[in-house]
Amino acid sequence: MSKVETKMSKQTKPTETKKKLNVLIVDDDAINRTLHARIINQIGGVSKTAGNGEEAVILHRDGNASFDLILMDKEMPERDGASATKKLREMKVTSMIIGVTTLADNEEERAAFMEAGLNHCLAKPLSKENLLPLINHLLDA
Amino acid sequence: MNTIVVGQLQRQFQDYIVSLYQQGYLDNQFTELRKLQDEGSPDFVAEVVSLFFDDCAKVINDMSTSLERPDHVDFKQVDSGVHQLKGSSSSVGARRVKNVCIAFKECCDVQNREGCLRCLQQVDYEYKMLKTKLQDLFNLEQQILQAGGTIPQVSMN
Repeated sequence: MSKVETKMSKQTKPTETKKKLNVLIVDDDAINRTLHARIINQIGGVSKTAGNGEEAVILHRDGNASFDLILMDKEMPERDGASATKKLREMKVTSMIIGVTTLADNEEERAAFMEAGLNHCLAKPLSKENLLPLINHLLDA
Repeated sequence: MNTIVVGQLQRQFQDYIVSLYQQGYLDNQFTELRKLQDEGSPDFVAEVVSLFFDDCAKVINDMSTSLERPDHVDFKQVDSGVHQLKGSSSSVGARRVKNVCIAFKECCDVQNREGCLRCLQQVDYEYKMLKTKLQDLFNLEQQILQAGGTIPQVSMN
């Protein structure tokens, strides 16, 4: 291995996102909202939460909401993740939206969720290890 | 700081938490949860599991009501409760509770009231057992901190 390759292989993985993110966490489960908010905090971001898709849409209605990233749970009462994502895209919301699914969701269900306008999907439970590289990859895109 | 006392408490903590994993009470998600705790949020794990146990109590009570009358079981409501508990137990690493929820869902799917009642009893037992065990774990943490020590990071890999 050359010296340059050795140096690169010793570089530590990033612990924060490439830019400080303002994140909206949309989930009907209080535990998930708490967990995801903590993850976002640990990777250098700040977050706000909404209890379902309808609350997320209402937050954007006056046009003043400005989130870099939305973590959108799939199954929620009032308005589910797919419906909320579709509505936000119709409202010209350009935030990155990562759908949060469960392992029980099959490929068709995930594909249908993606079709609503997501940038990507991740299965619960989220962790720094799976979220951070994805966010940085989406920021590069 | 009495280093001998701290060392003993730290070993006790490590042995106890390892036993919780080996006995199936906890899984890797609990490890992930502990990684989210730091000096800025020193009580994060206790706060999250407290939310979980509050959830368990409420959902189990609601499911019990739905299953009460043999001639009028609201399986949709029970299924919703099971779904919620399965999700929250996965999120905190409560492995035994999650496993009971998997069996519980199967009983709901075939509208087996007796099976649901057995699972309800089991999930109630499991969450209360876990609550006791985690309280003992948090008490050990407090003893370590009060003795001037730090909480060991325990890797289960």
